[in-house]
Amino acid sequence: MRLARAALIWIALATAICVPIALAATSPQLAWRGPVYILAGFSGIGALGLMLVQPLLIAGYLPGLSAYRGRRVHHWIGGALVVAIVVHVAGLWITSPPDMIDALLYASPTPFSPWGVTAMWAIFAVALLAIFRRRLGLRLRTWRVAHMLLAIVIVAGSVVHGILIEGTMETVSKTALCALVLVAAIKVLADLWARIKRGSLRGEVITRQ
Amino acid sequence: MTTVILNRRNLLAAGGFVVATGASGLLWPARAEDLAPTESMTGGSNNYRKGAAIVDRIGKGGFWMSGTVRRAGDGVPLAGQRIQIWAHTVEGQEHEPQSHGATLTDKNGAFRLEMPQIIPIFGQPHGHLAYDSGEFKTVFLRPVMRSAKETSLEAHFVLQPA
Repeated sequence: MRLARAALIWIALATAICVPIALAATSPQLAWRGPVYILAGFSGIGALGLMLVQPLLIAGYLPGLSAYRGRRVHHWIGGALVVAIVVHVAGLWITSPPDMIDALLYASPTPFSPWGVTAMWAIFAVALLAIFRRRLGLRLRTWRVAHMLLAIVIVAGSVVHGILIEGTMETVSKTALCALVLVAAIKVLADLWARIKRGSLRGEVITRQ
Repeated sequence: MTTVILNRRNLLAAGGFVVATGASGLLWPARAEDLAPTESMTGGSNNYRKGAAIVDRIGKGGFWMSGTVRRAGDGVPLAGQRIQIWAHTVEGQEHEPQSHGATLTDKNGAFRLEMPQIIPIFGQPHGHLAYDSGEFKTVFLRPVMRSAKETSLEAHFVLQPA
């Protein structure tokens, strides 16, 4: 019974991420795009998918992964997110340098660009804080609060960015994935926040790495 | 005390004034002296290639870009003005030479150029147009299609002397 439940959770997660990617792969627009542009687009879609996994990992919702393993995988996927964003931006830059420069300078005519660029900086900030938090002497509580605040910026920015784009993603599956990312983030962040306030989130759970 | 503002005489006078000014607005609908020049749009000049050739049609066609060119201030239609057009289409990306072309306005200041179907690029189905011939101030436009399925797009220029 527990095994069936575990299998169901993993299948549901794989479906939520893979269906939007598969549908985007059938988009007629791909015929008019070069390989670099296609790679850049799918890098962004992949990043959106990974954003669904991140809160589930840290909250321990994914069966078969211990709290420790979940946290390790969360770190690796965080790194993968940074790589995906770099590929996304670099690919779009190669495809159309003036459009990408406008976006990065917050001078783009497209309403979704500032949301994506802001989410990008928030992802980079989390990555840098995660790498240097010991050297910076950040208190565990400070780091957690900073990560949670940045996570709100990342999720909100990415979801609005994705929804407003008219690209290769199919509308229904894109909306569903964005809704799941939003719900997962809100649920996990709210739970974490409550635990931090209660002081019941133990330091050693996180520090034993 | 003569502080009563809302009496019948005042109302009639005010009403008459509204009718008179409204009617004059109808008689001269275009207050043409006030026609403001078009500002360049953000991102309008992206992937611009100076000096696109005047063509009968860009590529194989199937999509219509049209619009008008008028003079700022009096709104007089400007004939013979060269408008350059480019976009990401089914036949090429924005920066590629085959995606660019130019046309001239007719005696009514209107232009119309057939080009390949525009498709979404960078998240929005949009075209680019430029007036860049020197006589008037350069203007770059970047109109967005309401839907990627549309097969035409319009853009209008109001130019001011350079």
